[in-house]
Parts: sequence; C-alpha cells; structure tokens
Amino acid sequence: MAGETGPAIDPIGQFSITPLIPIRIAGHDFSLTNSSLYMLIAVGLACLLMTAGARGGPGIPGRLQSLAELAYEFIAGMLRSATGEKGMRFFPMVFCLFMFILICNLVGLLPYSFTVTSHIIVTATMALAVFLTVIVVGIYEHGFGFFKLFVPSGVPIYILPLVVAIEVISFFTRPLSHSVRLFANMLAGHITLNVFGGFVVMLLGAGAAVKALAVLPFAMTIGLYALELLVAFLQAYVFAMLTCMYLNDAIHPGGH
Amino acid sequence: MEPHELAIAAKYIGAGLAAIGTGAAGIGVGTLFGQFLNGALRNPSAVDGQFGRLIFGFAVTEALGIFALLISFLLLFAV
Repeated sequence: MAGETGPAIDPIGQFSITPLIPIRIAGHDFSLTNSSLYMLIAVGLACLLMTAGARGGPGIPGRLQSLAELAYEFIAGMLRSATGEKGMRFFPMVFCLFMFILICNLVGLLPYSFTVTSHIIVTATMALAVFLTVIVVGIYEHGFGFFKLFVPSGVPIYILPLVVAIEVISFFTRPLSHSVRLFANMLAGHITLNVFGGFVVMLLGAGAAVKALAVLPFAMTIGLYALELLVAFLQAYVFAMLTCMYLNDAIHPGGH
Repeated sequence: MEPHELAIAAKYIGAGLAAIGTGAAGIGVGTLFGQFLNGALRNPSAVDGQFGRLIFGFAVTEALGIFALLISFLLLFAV
C-alpha cells in the first residue's frame, strides 16, 4: 500500500494507538496508551481552566476568569433556551461533554499530538451515554408518557403508523449519527491536512523546476488548518447542542 | 488485466464516486448560506438571533459531505 501512494504520505499512521505503560489485569489490557494520556491531558486542562478561572480574587476579572465565565454562560444559555429551567440540572453533563470534546479537538490540532475524538469508540461512548440518559430520565419522569415522543400530535390517523415507524427509527439511529458526525469530521480533517502536507514534501523532493510549486499546497494547508480550528469548535458545539435537544425530548416528550 | 489490478482499479473508481458526495454537500451549504443571506437582507435586525442556527445547519450539512469524504479516504488508504 505504501509503495503505491509514495513514501511521503501515511495519513492513517497518526491515528494508531500505542501502549505507553503496559498494564495487564486478569488477562485484560488496561495499558496507559497515548489515547488515554491525551484524555488525561484534556481533563487536566479543563480542570485547570475552570479552577483557575473560578478562584476569583480582588478587582477586575482576568483573562482566564473571563474565558471560564464565557464558556459557562455559553453552555448555560444554550441549555436554557433548548430545555428551559427544568433542564438546567443536566448542565454539569453537557458542560463536561462540551469542554472535553473542545479541548480534545484543540489539543489534537497541535502537530505530533494525538486526536482522541478521531476514534469512533470514544465518540460512541459519549453518544451512548447521552442516549441512555435520555431513555432513563424520560421513563423515570414520565413513565409510559415518554412514548408520546414517537406519536406526534396532529397527524391524520391513516398515516400515523408510518410516522411512528419513522420516529422510532430516527430515535434509535441518533447515537450513530451523533457519534459518527464528530468522529468523521475529526478523521477526515486530519487526513486532509496530512495529505496536503505530504504534497509539500513530495514537491520539495521532486526536481528543481517544480520545487516552487510547493507553495501552493503549503498555502492550502494553512487555510485548511484555519478551517479545522473552526470545525474543532463547531463540532464540540454541535455535539453539546444535539445533547441539549435530545435531553429536551426526555424532559418534555411530545412537545414537538 | 490481472484480478488484483482490477480490484485496485475498482478501489480508485469507488473512491472517486464517493467523492461526488462532497459536491452534493457543497450544494447544500451554498443553499444554506444563500437563503440565510436572502433572509438577512430582508430583515437585518434578526441576523444576530439566527446566527447560531446558521452555524448549526452548516455543521450538520457539512458533516454529510465529510461522511462521503470519509468513505473515499477509507477506500484509498484503509482497504
């Protein structure tokens, strides 16, 4: 495979998980991998930002405190507008998900680092946590009334079976689209950056006549990097926003 | 043609076909921003309130193009 595309481009290699400290307990692999290391870094950075931002102090709020307050207000406003005051008890969950994904995405954009969110197992775990929370909270709060979610009001009786079937299918494919959206965006973005970076190397390695052309993919790489910064924030935002919308279904079923 | 070469050719053709989907997502994103601008020029005071929805729609639409690109990349590099 490497012989066909040239030695300069190996876009998949950056996603490989390697154990740093091998740990085996009862025949199971609990090794500290580069993936778990970057997860710990992301959690540590999030804790550091929020504790340092919440420490306060005399006088004018500093930059760190403004950043922490901005993140808090952003998620609180989003959750309040999507679910109302009743949904605010889910704020810690939504905020943790948002900060974790955002910091993982941003740390992953540093050269030579590892992107935790480019693995579907990580995003699927978070999406399934949201999915199960919605089901458990919905049934706990409303009992059988939760299933009103699948029966929209104001639909004529003769097309109701079809609508219910579509609603059920769309409900159960939610964790799939929720996780694949984040994972695919991160994966495709990093592969694209790597491919264009590989073009620069390949053009520099070619003859002197085409060496100057390496500027073109290099400029493209810079542009793509800026886009990836936007995507890193946007996907964290979209993940948190969809979480809010799904939680709204659990709190107010049949409200749409 | 050897069967192996045929498989490689089919792989590249499949990757190219999958990449068509990114163009379709381009149509979607163009429609999104065009319609937003259309509405924004009619009622500029409503722009700030709808910006979040614009970005949300952009991310959801763009994700579908990314799915197609992902299939293309998987065919090129992972299969």
